[in-house]
Amino acid sequence: MKIPLSYTLRNLWMRRLTTLLTAGGMALVVFVFATVLMLEEGLRKTLVETGSYDNVVVIRRSAQTEVQSAIDRPQAALIESQPEVAVGADGERMVSKETVVLVNLNKRDSGKPTNVMVRGVAPRGLTLRPQAKIIAGRMFSPGASEIVAGRNAAERFKGAGIGETLWFGQREWRVVGTFDAGKSGFDSEIWGDSDQLMQAFRRPVYSALLIKLDDPASFNAVKARLESDQRLTVEAKRETMFYADQSEMLAGFIRYLGLTLSIIFSVGAVIGAMITMYASVASRTAEIGTLRALGFRQGSVMAAFMFEAILLGFVGGCGGLFLASFMQFFTISTMNWQSFSELAFSFSLTPGIAAKTLAFALVMGLVGGFLPAMQAARLPIIDALRAA
Amino acid sequence: MNQIAQPVVEIRNLAKSYRRGDQIVPVLTNITFDIAAGDYVALMGPSGSGKSTLLNLIAGIDKPDSGILRVGGIDITALGEAELANWRSRNVGFIFQFYNLMPVLTAFENVELPLLLTDLPARERADHVNAALSMVGLSDRMEHFPSELSGGQQQRVAIARAIITDPTILVADEPTGDLDRVAAEDVLKMLDQLNRELGKTIIMVTHDPHSAAKARTVQHLDKGELRQA
Ligand SMILES: Nc1ncnc2c1ncn2[C@@H]1O[C@H](COP(=O)(O)OP(=O)(O)OP(=O)(O)O)[C@@H](O)[C@H]1O
Ligand SMILES: [Mg+2]
Repeated sequence: MKIPLSYTLRNLWMRRLTTLLTAGGMALVVFVFATVLMLEEGLRKTLVETGSYDNVVVIRRSAQTEVQSAIDRPQAALIESQPEVAVGADGERMVSKETVVLVNLNKRDSGKPTNVMVRGVAPRGLTLRPQAKIIAGRMFSPGASEIVAGRNAAERFKGAGIGETLWFGQREWRVVGTFDAGKSGFDSEIWGDSDQLMQAFRRPVYSALLIKLDDPASFNAVKARLESDQRLTVEAKRETMFYADQSEMLAGFIRYLGLTLSIIFSVGAVIGAMITMYASVASRTAEIGTLRALGFRQGSVMAAFMFEAILLGFVGGCGGLFLASFMQFFTISTMNWQSFSELAFSFSLTPGIAAKTLAFALVMGLVGGFLPAMQAARLPIIDALRAA
Repeated sequence: MNQIAQPVVEIRNLAKSYRRGDQIVPVLTNITFDIAAGDYVALMGPSGSGKSTLLNLIAGIDKPDSGILRVGGIDITALGEAELANWRSRNVGFIFQFYNLMPVLTAFENVELPLLLTDLPARERADHVNAALSMVGLSDRMEHFPSELSGGQQQRVAIARAIITDPTILVADEPTGDLDRVAAEDVLKMLDQLNRELGKTIIMVTHDPHSAAKARTVQHLDKGELRQA
């Protein structure tokens, strides 16, 4: 490009109010776009991090979630005895036979009742989920009506804080601890003793089994054996996949809605950029004629105006991204319809998202600038000069 | 005063018409004349007689309908868009009635503009620009923007820009049309100096007989035809 960059930059600066307003419109669209990607990413991260790669979740075949699943004791014993199951230092097999129920708790802020997942775990449950750590109080004692709450659950629900009590399953439960599960989905759960919960809810069967593999590579062998066993009607999934699959519908919805909104808004922003660029061409017609007379080619004029439009997009992109970066400080909670429980997650900004967002902004500038730049380049020189 | 010199502009039976709606308006019907190297030609004539049109054709920013037009031995009517742009950048210096400087560029940058189309490194470009600006007496205004300069000063910047690439011809359309007497006198003196001292070939369109009197040759355009004074 032969026309100096300073020419473009100073023209943008000279019309800085228009530049700012146009870029501001683009920034809003970029903000929506980035926010959607960040939301989807946050959700994905939360759910993927919920699982461990060497853990296997075994649920009843065709049950999408643990809540819908049921595994009776003989089946559980069979699953537990698989040779690939890791054995702990104490000689016990690393298996957590779990019961998952949904209970209705009231939110602290609004008082609105919401489904919360209560998970009965073997006392071993914590060992199998190394990301979960008690951060206040202590672990529940086996055999007692005690529970521990994930940090989100403790914060958000009435009665879920340490020392408080919750009423469900016709019993009062004492909250004796809070655990942090590293921003995973477990942070929104409440954990208690599996046997106690089964008694309270009068459930004769487990919901799911979580087994830790001695060697993560043996997953396919275990899966094949369990799923083909005539005595079992189960499905085995890596824990990571299990939770990621659960987010698919929600993530898909967020993506679909968000991208639809972004596209609709972007049409507005592109038109805004186009109007700005057409005005920019119109107010500089004589300058364009002069540049052409001096020997600058059509391509150079085109490039200069395209560059101007792309810069406009870049400013908008940076502005939008800057705004969106503040969203990282927010945690939102929503219903995950696949598990029917509440899930809290935050907006997550990754370099990939930043790059995609900027690319989106530049493309908006490019599209908005194309026709005006073309018009500028195609003006007959003598007509352009006459516009002085 | 006119020496025999190689004609730098050769025009034979040049015709140009414009289309207005579905009407064709003939502007130049049959123009034939030569401009010798080192000449200083004033093109005069009533308004609408086609002076600017002829100048634009010679400068290669408009295309004739028919006829021959050679500048510096090159048939510029045969050049394509990009070749013509390239040719203009090296062979034509433009001086406009309203200066046509880029408002966002300083005097220095405006004068440097045509050099950006050459391969000259920045250092040499700066040397050329400094020389050109000092020639028009504006060494102390290099960092000024056009809006910070008087009309006369702006036209001097434009003259510096026109001569910066040492072009074959200088074309000026009413170069004093927007200036007061003093500034106009100043610009005319400068053109005269460029012609006499540096041997620049100048073609100037003007309404003003006083300006035309400074030229070596005066051509009158009337009803699409040329009459030598
Ligand atoms: N692009 C164009 N389209 C249509 N008609 C044009 C165009 N350019 C010039 N004309 C017409 O051609 C004629 C000559 O125009 P030109 O500008 O060459 O005159 P001029 O001698 O320079 O006049 P002035 O002294 O007023 O500048 C005029 O009648 C003008 O209206
Ligand atoms: Mg004219």
